[in-house]
Amino acid sequence: MGNRKTILELKGITKTFPGVKSLDNVSIDLKEGEVLALMGENGAGKSTLMKVVCGVYIPEEGDIVYHGQKVSWSGPLEARKKGISVIHQELKLAPNLTVGENVLMGADVPKNKFGFINWNEVNSRAKELLESIGSDLDPSRLVSSLSIAQQQIVEIARALSIKADIIIMDEPSATLSSKEIDKLFSLIELLKSRNVAIVYVSHRMEEIFKISDRCAVLRDGKYVGTLITNETNENELIKLMVGREIDTSKKKMAQKINRKGTPVLSVKHLTDGNDLIDGTLDVYPGEIVGIAGLVGSGRSELLQTIFGHTKAKSGEIVLNGEIIQSKNPRSAIDKGIALVPESRKDQSLFLELGVGENISVLKVPKNTTLGFIKRKVIQELEQDYKKKLNVKTPNLAAKILNLSGGNQQKAIIARWLSIAPKVLLLDEPTRGVDVGAKAEIYDIIHQLAEEGFSVLVVSSELPEIISLSDRVYVMHEGKVVGELTNDDINQEAIMTYATGGKLA
Amino acid sequence: MSVSQVNTKTSTVESRQGNIKQSVFNFLNKMGIIVVVVLLCIFFSILSSDFLTWNNIVNVARQTSISAILAAGMTFVILTGGIDLSIGAIVALAGVCAVYFTGFMPAPLGILCGILVGGAAGYVNGFLTSVTKLPAIIVTLGSMTYLRGIAYVITGGYPLMVESSLFKSVGTGYLGPIPIPVMIMIAVFVIAHLVLKYTVFGRNIYMVGGNEEAARLTGIKVTSSITWVYTISGICAGIAGVILAARLFSGQPNAGMGYELDAIAAVVLGGTSLVGGVGFIVGSLFGALFMGVLSNGLTLLNVDYYWQLIIKGLVIVFAIYIDRVRRKKG
Repeated sequence: MGNRKTILELKGITKTFPGVKSLDNVSIDLKEGEVLALMGENGAGKSTLMKVVCGVYIPEEGDIVYHGQKVSWSGPLEARKKGISVIHQELKLAPNLTVGENVLMGADVPKNKFGFINWNEVNSRAKELLESIGSDLDPSRLVSSLSIAQQQIVEIARALSIKADIIIMDEPSATLSSKEIDKLFSLIELLKSRNVAIVYVSHRMEEIFKISDRCAVLRDGKYVGTLITNETNENELIKLMVGREIDTSKKKMAQKINRKGTPVLSVKHLTDGNDLIDGTLDVYPGEIVGIAGLVGSGRSELLQTIFGHTKAKSGEIVLNGEIIQSKNPRSAIDKGIALVPESRKDQSLFLELGVGENISVLKVPKNTTLGFIKRKVIQELEQDYKKKLNVKTPNLAAKILNLSGGNQQKAIIARWLSIAPKVLLLDEPTRGVDVGAKAEIYDIIHQLAEEGFSVLVVSSELPEIISLSDRVYVMHEGKVVGELTNDDINQEAIMTYATGGKLA
Repeated sequence: MSVSQVNTKTSTVESRQGNIKQSVFNFLNKMGIIVVVVLLCIFFSILSSDFLTWNNIVNVARQTSISAILAAGMTFVILTGGIDLSIGAIVALAGVCAVYFTGFMPAPLGILCGILVGGAAGYVNGFLTSVTKLPAIIVTLGSMTYLRGIAYVITGGYPLMVESSLFKSVGTGYLGPIPIPVMIMIAVFVIAHLVLKYTVFGRNIYMVGGNEEAARLTGIKVTSSITWVYTISGICAGIAGVILAARLFSGQPNAGMGYELDAIAAVVLGGTSLVGGVGFIVGSLFGALFMGVLSNGLTLLNVDYYWQLIIKGLVIVFAIYIDRVRRKKG
């Protein structure tokens, strides 16, 4: 490790936005053929730093030394041409073009003697690149027909098409199943062996420990240190990130849950129109029930069908002993079902509206005189929920766009608590949320259960499911195949069910 | 602390003071167009002694009233992320219908019928957009053509003359010193402002435009909200159509050509985003005033009409560009 050449050096980088010092004198180095994990809570400055590296932002102070030479990028295009590629969390491919076109996009496209594009050459070069990373994707396929994981491979091939020396991966695993993540990791190993340096941004601890060589940690825009991955542990890393100790593995005090009475929510053989799911489950008062399973096992679809966002084909939803029809989200909300959906940006947030408006959206229709909103009542409600859930925002009129992921999520949870739901459905409640806010959200969920709320949580992170749930259902290929209670809940049992196995 | 229950007695006094400061700032930030209109007025009043006279001010206000009313309706549509290209045709159709109905019923009733025809045409636009999920630009491109066709069919291609003096006064009369069209324009904007700012329906419009999926998942009636904004746009176009017919003393099937584009320009100048979810009705009023003041001032300076078109077009693009830059900084 020690004798590797340093490929990139950042010296004293400072970048300010109006009112905020986003990066404050940050110095980090990157060596050939290593995986450097970049860690930090949301808002710590990770993405700003990466945008400085790839030429989107120009720092006010500090130097970027690349291949031993001081550089200053004119823009992302120049950085890309010089070998710095970024793979964004949300993939930036053109879905209606072919794999080949996407792979060579931005590279020098081969042309024939008339100056027209030579398509045969495009496809064969794309094929070569794909094969070099062990993929047999057909270059003439449309990108829109690929899975997310396959699209990621296209992104990586594209990065290689311009002979990238540095590849920055921003939460690449967020939308992948565990099998696909394994594939991604072997690809990263391959890239390492070719001396490509990789910056890996992720919130998932297990991944960091699996794949990275070193972890650089940022906190509040400042560089706080670098750890050699195999000489440290999770707690030390978290401590460095948040500057205080946080126990995310806190297990709820074993609370007696009465499972003899009527369940709050009881779902019987609920299926959807696309035959993706067939779900049966119960949730009792004050209980936190987890739904585990691999990506694509139908967990989110089940929640969405209960909530009426997807039409149910057959089966029953029973709420407090009464059969209900979830025709659409509206009727589900009226019945007292709440859903915090998986994708905050696409399904929850009104980005351009204020934090307050985002919180009070469900209560507004119920607080009116002649169609006019009772502003005082609503403002007080917004204030209260902001305080209760500790949503950190300069004021309620500030656009929710400017909040960190964790605070956005707390605002969304506040929105749903405002209707005092009978059952709260949470789909990936801590995705894209930093460690500190994660612990807060766990506390909120526990507290809700203590107050008698029933909570149904879907999560891809096993530690999260395990530490939160009183009971866990495991889904496999759309069906609920296993049920685990209290002490029987463990990683091995869940994975056995999730992969279609049976417990001995 | 209980998370599930809310103490409604929490004092909000501190936050309110913060809010006032914040809202003044927000107002100025959003309302760059007001500053621009004021500067433009100063500019013209220096160059032409006729500009800052009562007569001319009244004149500008009256000329602006029609495009401002259209812009008000268009603001609702654009806030949901839609567009309405048919309002020019609705202006013609509603004007023609109002004059036609006034031929055999009292003028107020005839006028109302004309406005309702506008509303009905808008409702059809909204229904097709929200239910069939066709792009609004296609739906209203179609209705722009067939609505004008209907106007031609009703009149046989000739203008229908207005006989009623009450009808004429809608376009030419005064209420005290203020022209009636200007009074109507002010009323339309006051109502539109109240609806957008203080009603559930108004909030829903911003939410549907900001994030349709999230709106649906929070139980907002997306389909009916969209249907209603086009209906409102149709009603506004109906009102504008009646005023125009009253000013011209006739319902003309070829009236209002290209008005939709002026309205869109006014809305965008006023700072409303074409993507939806962001915008402000007062901005649209000043957007329309900007265009009115500009052509009035140029006319007073004896600028040739052809050159006025060139200047107007370039100024619109430039003004929107400046606005973008300013916003990105903020």
